[in-house]
Amino acid sequence: MKRISPSETFMAAITWAAALLTAGALLYIIGFILWRGVPYITPSLFAPVYNSINVSLLPALVSTVMMAVLSLSFALPLGIGAAVYLAEYARRGNRAVRLIRLAAETLAGIPSIVYGLFGMLFFVVWLGWDFSLLAGSCTLAIMILPLLLRSGEEALLSVPDSYREGSFALGAGKLRTVFRIVLPAAIPGVLAGVVLAVGRIAGETAALIYTAGTVAQIPPDVFASARTLSVHMYALSREGLHTNEGYATAVVLLLVVIGINVIAARIAGKIGGAHERV
Amino acid sequence: MRAVFFLAALASVLAVLLICLFLFGNGVPALLKIGIFKFLAGQEWAPSDVPPLFGILPMIAGSLYVTACALILGVPVGILTAVFLARVCPPRLYRFLKPGVDLLAGIPSVVYGFFGMAALVPHFHSSILSAGILLGVMILPTMAGIAESALRAVPEHYYEGALALGAGHYRAVFRVILPAARSGVLAAVVLGMGRAVGETMAVIMVAGNQARMPNSIFQGVRTLTANIVMEMGYAAELHRGALIATGVVLFVFILLVNLCLSALNRRIT
Repeated sequence: MKRISPSETFMAAITWAAALLTAGALLYIIGFILWRGVPYITPSLFAPVYNSINVSLLPALVSTVMMAVLSLSFALPLGIGAAVYLAEYARRGNRAVRLIRLAAETLAGIPSIVYGLFGMLFFVVWLGWDFSLLAGSCTLAIMILPLLLRSGEEALLSVPDSYREGSFALGAGKLRTVFRIVLPAAIPGVLAGVVLAVGRIAGETAALIYTAGTVAQIPPDVFASARTLSVHMYALSREGLHTNEGYATAVVLLLVVIGINVIAARIAGKIGGAHERV
Repeated sequence: MRAVFFLAALASVLAVLLICLFLFGNGVPALLKIGIFKFLAGQEWAPSDVPPLFGILPMIAGSLYVTACALILGVPVGILTAVFLARVCPPRLYRFLKPGVDLLAGIPSVVYGFFGMAALVPHFHSSILSAGILLGVMILPTMAGIAESALRAVPEHYYEGALALGAGHYRAVFRVILPAARSGVLAAVVLGMGRAVGETMAVIMVAGNQARMPNSIFQGVRTLTANIVMEMGYAAELHRGALIATGVVLFVFILLVNLCLSALNRRIT
């Protein structure tokens, strides 16, 4: 029989222990939030109007959706446009390309509170938009731009060159090839990026407190203040009066995030086999 | 049309320039007015005193202590989890564990904060330790994900060579594959450090936020990020400028972290 050395056993033990610890942390956190929050999920939590007695989360839920739609409508065209430039037009190693990549990497590393500060100084004060849905969503648009850019570029690069060659051979120009052939084939990858971006928007707090403000209402227009679910939770924890409702809100937010992750994984799973049939 | 795509691509560059312009433009004047040394090395933060004192050394120390604590707890577990995912995990388990790690990365920081308030604060109080534990968990999935892809990028014949020389499975993984992937693993740690320094909401909810120099890890502490969020709501004039300057310090630190990262990434490719 093969003898297994003690050091081998030790290394196996610590590796398995670390994996167990990670899985345990995940299960403990999710279990804990569910256990504390689920008993307090009541119909009144979904009342159409928020007030200090019934801290309804519905306005925050609607604001979150509006925030996500607005941010994406700013960031998606820029992100896809940039991805098309990098993947289809730019020559590799070109100076502008290096600069763009450096900028995108820098953006990806900036913490959300710095985005919040910038959004406050630029959109809220300098452009005079006050605390508003618009200022918040523009701030978030910059924040998710590098994510959309990278996922878009990866999606475009994963489209086989035979697609482009086929299109050119049939007499299509560059632009037509990009819009009719390459982009449609890259949609799943782009979509996966969009879903991840929605997750970041739903979870964002620090970048929104001083750009979109914290008014708990369904914003009548884009110049009104609005709080998303995450900001709503933070506000509840600050007030300290409705902590249980805070946990119930955490459950809703957690379910949204889990849903988003499942969708992203589904899409990513589909991409894996999408181009193999060609 | 090429020009249109090019302009879209320049949006990131423009965004970075605008962020630098507005952050430095609003923060640096206050920094100069307070005095750079007094600001960075001052141990007293008392914005409502007469005259006000704007020393952010307690917050710099707070951010460093909390980050160090998070790294001490998070790095070993993160790297070992990456080793497990890349080299040990049975495929059946992988199908659950990998999405689980992704989910851990996707949980919003306020949710972590709520968890920390109820699960950590009762045991460890609002302290460096609570914040460090919470941040350690938060940066774990980021580090595990990046380190896993670094481990997977090591050519298979390294492993086979080690086995051929008589090493066991784990010995081959820890002595050959892990060292071969060290640049990528280091990049994962640096990225985790950046996350920990920049994290705001979860830290505010468990760290206590007292603006004083901490003496032990069981004491409350205020980080740079917390300083901005706590006081920006009512700050005016020089106080406001000092908070923006706090953001500048944080921003410069993150830029340095990014610089390290891109240097590491260049070494990998």
